[in-house]
Amino acid sequence: MKANRSIVFRLILVISLWSGLIFIVVLGYNYHHSREVLEKELEKNAANLALSLANKVDAELVSVSKVTEGVAKALETADYDEKSLRLLLRETLEANPGIYGSCAAFEPHEFRKESVAYALYFFRRNGTTDAIRLDRSSGSLPYFYWDWYQIPFELGRKEWSEPYFDEGWGNQLMMTCSVPVFKGGKSAGQVRGIVTSDLSIESLTRLVSSTRILRTGYAALISRQGVILAHPLKQSIMNETFFSIAEERRDPGLRKLGQKMIRGESGFVFYKSLVGVKSWMYYTPIRSTGWTLAVIFPEAELMENITNLTMVMTVIGFLGIAFLCIAVFFISKSITSPLIALAGTSRKIAEGNFELDLPPIRTMDEVGVLTASFQSMVTSLKQYIRNLTETTAAKERIQSELKLAKDIQASLLPRIFPPFPERPEFDIYAMMRPAKEVGGDFYDFFFTDRNSLCFLVADVADKGVPAALYMMVAKTLLKSEGQRVGDPGKILCNVNNILAEDNENCMFATVFVAILDTVTGEVRYANAGHNPPLLVRSGSAAYVDAKHGLVLGPLKDSCFETGSLMLMPGDTIFLYTDGVTEAMNRDGEFFGDASVLETVGKASKTGAASIISSVGEELGRFTDGAEQADDITMLAVIYRGMP
Amino acid sequence: MKTVKRKSCMKTRLFSGISRIVMPFTLFFLVSPLFLLDASPALKKARLVTLWQPQAQFAGYYAALDRGIYAKHGIDLTIIPGGAVISPAEMLRSGKADFAVLWLASALRERDAGVQLINLSQVLQRSSMMLVSRKTAGITGIEALNGRKVSLWDGTLSLLPRFLFRKYGITVNEVRQSYTVNLFLRGGVDAASAMWYNEYHVMLESGIDADELNVLFLNDYGVNFPEDGLYTLEKTVRNEPQLTAAFIDASLEGWRYAFAHPEESVDIIIRHMHKAHIPANRAHQKWMLDRMRDLSGSKGSEHMPGVLSRTDYETLGREMKAAGLIRSYPSFGTFTGKSHEGQ
Repeated sequence: MKANRSIVFRLILVISLWSGLIFIVVLGYNYHHSREVLEKELEKNAANLALSLANKVDAELVSVSKVTEGVAKALETADYDEKSLRLLLRETLEANPGIYGSCAAFEPHEFRKESVAYALYFFRRNGTTDAIRLDRSSGSLPYFYWDWYQIPFELGRKEWSEPYFDEGWGNQLMMTCSVPVFKGGKSAGQVRGIVTSDLSIESLTRLVSSTRILRTGYAALISRQGVILAHPLKQSIMNETFFSIAEERRDPGLRKLGQKMIRGESGFVFYKSLVGVKSWMYYTPIRSTGWTLAVIFPEAELMENITNLTMVMTVIGFLGIAFLCIAVFFISKSITSPLIALAGTSRKIAEGNFELDLPPIRTMDEVGVLTASFQSMVTSLKQYIRNLTETTAAKERIQSELKLAKDIQASLLPRIFPPFPERPEFDIYAMMRPAKEVGGDFYDFFFTDRNSLCFLVADVADKGVPAALYMMVAKTLLKSEGQRVGDPGKILCNVNNILAEDNENCMFATVFVAILDTVTGEVRYANAGHNPPLLVRSGSAAYVDAKHGLVLGPLKDSCFETGSLMLMPGDTIFLYTDGVTEAMNRDGEFFGDASVLETVGKASKTGAASIISSVGEELGRFTDGAEQADDITMLAVIYRGMP
Repeated sequence: MKTVKRKSCMKTRLFSGISRIVMPFTLFFLVSPLFLLDASPALKKARLVTLWQPQAQFAGYYAALDRGIYAKHGIDLTIIPGGAVISPAEMLRSGKADFAVLWLASALRERDAGVQLINLSQVLQRSSMMLVSRKTAGITGIEALNGRKVSLWDGTLSLLPRFLFRKYGITVNEVRQSYTVNLFLRGGVDAASAMWYNEYHVMLESGIDADELNVLFLNDYGVNFPEDGLYTLEKTVRNEPQLTAAFIDASLEGWRYAFAHPEESVDIIIRHMHKAHIPANRAHQKWMLDRMRDLSGSKGSEHMPGVLSRTDYETLGREMKAAGLIRSYPSFGTFTGKSHEGQ
């Protein structure tokens, strides 16, 4: 179930993450692009709005400054006495309802020789105009040192004062335009006095304040020194400057922005507004006063539609991804559940239960193909196992038959020792240890007449059943011929001829056959390609000089010579097959002829059995448990002489 | 109406205009019932006249007033804001006030003119006056002012710069400075007078960066002119020794409180400014309070010297006498009303 969860989980994870990522990128791009388009569009609109507002404000200011400049010009070009000055100021005031007060102030002795100071101020009061002499009014500071006089005087140019509250006008925001009156023309540079016009800027700040920008946007006005003149933050008007707010907020960026504004630059910026909302602002100067007019568009409101659209898209997108996940879940389930069923079944099959039904194949998709393949694999496996079972049964039968054959073969060889307990003149012992179940080696001994003991050792080429069968034939023939003929050479000749008759398989055997005259001790013998036997006399072994001869079987009419030797009482004759000399140890080394010679020579001579057992032990020591490659056959005869 | 306008002009920015005495007076009276209720009948009425309208320059007194510190010391204090037409010395002399905030130099001149002033406490230990110019004017030392157009205030406020010009043999093209720094901001003068705690910051608040300005602290040119101190008449000390002592204690405690609670003190000041219809912004009042702390020599919130240094007093007296600004000056003991203690 873990694998199941992991595939489904991984699919859902990967698909949802990737589709989510793609979706976010698309959304982000969409948002960003929309914002860019909006921003471009906004800059144009904001600039238009700001410029038109600024122009409106400027127009009013310019008209006042033109009037003031007109009065100054008049004073420069003509000689005015007090009466005509009064008329000029009164007419100016009456002709310009926007102007609240108008003043002409002069340097000492400039207007009238006798007056140290002369400043005449006309102003509106209760619907009419009134006039006072400022030089005569009490106050701590002579008019020469007020900003409205001093600044244009020192600078020699028209100046707008910083706005100020005037409680006399109902606490209105006022401003004064001051124009110097030059003596002998402006080029002479000597200021004779100052002409001023006071105006309320309430209508201007109202115009700015009442400008509707979206729902929460606004327009603002700051003076050339950064003082807030019109702003939704009412309490900051005339109290704060752009820079004091920046200081309080510890916002150096805001300060930099303010510096750009009061330097008379125009610009479009995205910033955190004074009301603390991220906004776009377009600012532009009002030329005549150096003020700055700004229009502010709150980002949230402006981006509302885009944000809403993005939100809706986000919801749709994530719902889509959720549905996608559900679909992926079911599809991957439909893929993995047959796989899981298949896995469960195959585990049971692996445990050996071949009779289970695989899950039914519904579609021929990859899982269907896999199930079909699996089905055919199970069928093949079943067939294979059936075959294997049968083969194994057959093999077991053969094995048991071979075992039986071995027993039969063993029973064919004389196995009762001593075989002739009533004959003391000799002692005979033999053994055959087959390499496979049934062997090709054999030995035999029998009396051909009362005093002639025939004994032989043979080795059929090849091993196993064919060799055993051949051995049976050879053994039977050798025994029957031995008993009938009585001469070793002749025995071999006859047997060879019989064997060669129908030897299509070209099987052959090596045989050493000997006949001992128990009375004389004479041994006659013949050899058909067999290892020469050993004669042990007085403690030392030597090869019997026997003609090698051809092997039995392949060639008809082969002749085998009969040799003879005389055994003295105590002599031993030792016959063996190549299984003894060619016994191999683990290193692949042969026991060898010399070892056989030495072992037999040293063996205890108490009996034939002891000789064979000591050679057998020596062989066992040499091979040290290595697998026996060939049958091992040994036969020993000790001649003791007639009693 | 031009008079009205003039008032307004003054009130535009830093310096509040020619103040109306009655208005804040009645206002304080109206808002004081809180303390009147608390006050036991033993509260002694007293009036303090400050140099100017409410601002953080006087934060200690307003904090002490609002936090009931004066009441705690048995004083029912009324603060009379000073201004261009209200001379604190004159108020003391005429008995319209019991205590006054005065500069040491002004006090010495009053004393020389025969007003028996006593220095009760020296709040600001050094001069905060500076001459500010734009970097572009290249005025990096006092000598560079020679022949330049410099705006100076009238009266006591011009004592120190004139004294230094004489001392350094400099002749400047003097322009009288009004209640604003607008003339300087618009380039009408090369250098303008400024108080570190006030006009200098107004310039910064008008968008000029500190690194665009060259600043000459007059205090760095040899003679210390300690500014705000608390004064009363000799006879008040004589007749009301307990009140005088309580007043000093309460005032200094007020200052300590103000320095320890700057935000609250700024709130108090701004409240008083609003009552007096004076333009106010926090950043400026905060700056002013911070500078007051620097100038008072306060170290840590609980430390406040508040005492006139004998050396400062005698140096200034000697220099002023030498410059012909005063004919004579009393002994330090007489001036601080401790002559009998000293002897």
